[in-house]
Amino acid sequence: MAKLNKEKLLEMYQEMVLIREFEETCQQLYEEKRITGVYMHLYSGHEAIGVGAMAAMNIGYDHIITAYRDHGLAIGVGMDLGAIMAEMMGRRAGSSGGKGGSMHLAAPDKNFWGGYAIVGGHLPLATGIAFAQQYKGNDSVVISMVGDGATNNGYFHEALNFAGLWDCPVIWIIENNGYGMGTETDRAAGNPILHERAKGYGIQDLGRVDGQNVIEMHDVVSKAIKHAREGKGSSLIEAITYRYRGHGVSDKQYDDRLKEELGEWKENRDPIQIFRKYLIEEYKTIDEGDLDKYHEEATQHVQEAVEFAEKSPYPDTLEELYANVYVD
Amino acid sequence: MADKNLPMREALRQALMEEMHRDENVFVMGEEVGYWQGTHRVTRGFIEEFGEKRVRDTPIAEMGIGGVAVGAAMAGLRPVAEFMTINFAFLALDAIINHAAKVRYFFDGLVKCPVVFRAATGWGDQATASHSHAPEPIFAHFPGLYVGLPSNSTDAYGMLKASIRDDNPVLFSESIGLYRKPGPVPDNPDYLVPIGKGDIKQEGSDITIISYGRGMEWSLKAARELKKDGISAEVVDMRWLRPLDTDLIFESFKKTNRAIVVEESHQFYSFGSEIAAQIQEHCFDYMDAPIKRVTPHDVPVPFSKTLEDLVYPTADDVVKAVKEIL
Repeated sequence: MAKLNKEKLLEMYQEMVLIREFEETCQQLYEEKRITGVYMHLYSGHEAIGVGAMAAMNIGYDHIITAYRDHGLAIGVGMDLGAIMAEMMGRRAGSSGGKGGSMHLAAPDKNFWGGYAIVGGHLPLATGIAFAQQYKGNDSVVISMVGDGATNNGYFHEALNFAGLWDCPVIWIIENNGYGMGTETDRAAGNPILHERAKGYGIQDLGRVDGQNVIEMHDVVSKAIKHAREGKGSSLIEAITYRYRGHGVSDKQYDDRLKEELGEWKENRDPIQIFRKYLIEEYKTIDEGDLDKYHEEATQHVQEAVEFAEKSPYPDTLEELYANVYVD
Repeated sequence: MADKNLPMREALRQALMEEMHRDENVFVMGEEVGYWQGTHRVTRGFIEEFGEKRVRDTPIAEMGIGGVAVGAAMAGLRPVAEFMTINFAFLALDAIINHAAKVRYFFDGLVKCPVVFRAATGWGDQATASHSHAPEPIFAHFPGLYVGLPSNSTDAYGMLKASIRDDNPVLFSESIGLYRKPGPVPDNPDYLVPIGKGDIKQEGSDITIISYGRGMEWSLKAARELKKDGISAEVVDMRWLRPLDTDLIFESFKKTNRAIVVEESHQFYSFGSEIAAQIQEHCFDYMDAPIKRVTPHDVPVPFSKTLEDLVYPTADDVVKAVKEIL
């Protein structure tokens, strides 16, 4: 697999920092009621999974799809930050014109097929998108994120069985953050070792990986992509991670409930800190100041996005309301 | 050239086969569509004609069938996904309603989803409660989806072609009870029935009978009976439950001032309820009588033939209903 050079690594770091800054700003804006609604699921804590996976794929050629915890991928594929923030706020300049909100970001022009709001609902879509690539005869692949909660519903079974049966080029990445909403994985799954399910579908089992380590994520996803491009079909990866902001913004008891556990992850297993330490140890030419610069830039970019979004009016015409129910 | 005379299933088969020859992005998927030759023989010979790439036998897994078809459609193909019967499509409601019908809207036009979900619908042959639904109005409830249900070979041919060529998702139901019924099929591979256009199957002046699908059989038979009594019934075949050709309904109603609605589906929250509401909202000044609905009894469908026969309306019920409001 292609080794990551310094430039690429710094890009990945920059992206993780930008995602974190975006998400924490969203949380703050929500508390200030500048973002409203009941659903917003933040990617803080998960950054290494999305960024590592996207570093392994050919964005714009390969495809990617996820559930409602979708901001990180939207940023990673290069969607306009202002348009994403405007969508959070339900503004006219939002990427979905304010009709989708936090859970429905998409950029089909970059083969980012979006975020979906029904647990497991996007999984057969991933299989279908991959089937379409096979059908057209190209060797692009589909990365599909899977929440650990989704592995227990019927969609997971049917989507992975179809993919296994038809050798569809899908890389299934379970983002196992330990909880399906508030229920621990081992209180929801008969067998909580989730990657072992690969066997039931005849797809490659790439085991458990450290979802907090972006390089490890990149490497395992690269392996899965190679497998898929060679026409060998799907792989299942179980990435162990943790969510910093609860299931969603309406999960208000989260901080109290899991204070200790959360503190432990933030302290010792934070994906950005782990990556930062690696970069500084590995590259003599990178110092703290170089990396701090990315944090400052991220703050700046996100603030610009907020300003852009808040300047955009809310959609409020009947014409907008009725647009795009159908293809005219 | 003269029309061909074909049973409805054969009209559907020809339409589908011609569309697959016309556009290589069209493919079929579903339970037993391939080597079994299609449970209702609509895809008979397809596996031989097009091969496994375009004729996809699937597991018995409707959530998967629905969702995979949606994904393939978003990514540029034109899937025709078959649910062996519409009862099984209940397992795919999320894929159909939450995904096929919504993706374009919640992404505000960034994607389209040109999928056709075919399903055999209706009752008969003692199929029993869970295999005896005609639930099209449920699907027609949701904006984002089109719903069609032909009553004869001509319409079946033109409606299926129109559905496949359209860029929107279509739930396309086919009455099991009509599959064997012969009728003319235009000798024109581009014959299309526009989506949302109803059709007056028989002109009349005393009363409007509004129906679709299998209900058209009872309605047309009733109209023939009524004629013997000197009653001139106009019979309107909606063909599409969504979009609904309300203009056609109003036009006919303003002429006859009376209507009954005939359907194979349950009465509660039904097609008939919608038609009646539309007429009273838009044609109140033209109403000379209450609108009556002729529908099955409000029970699950039992096994025993004698009980099953009691559930469903007949042409006689339509005649009776008409006479009650004339």
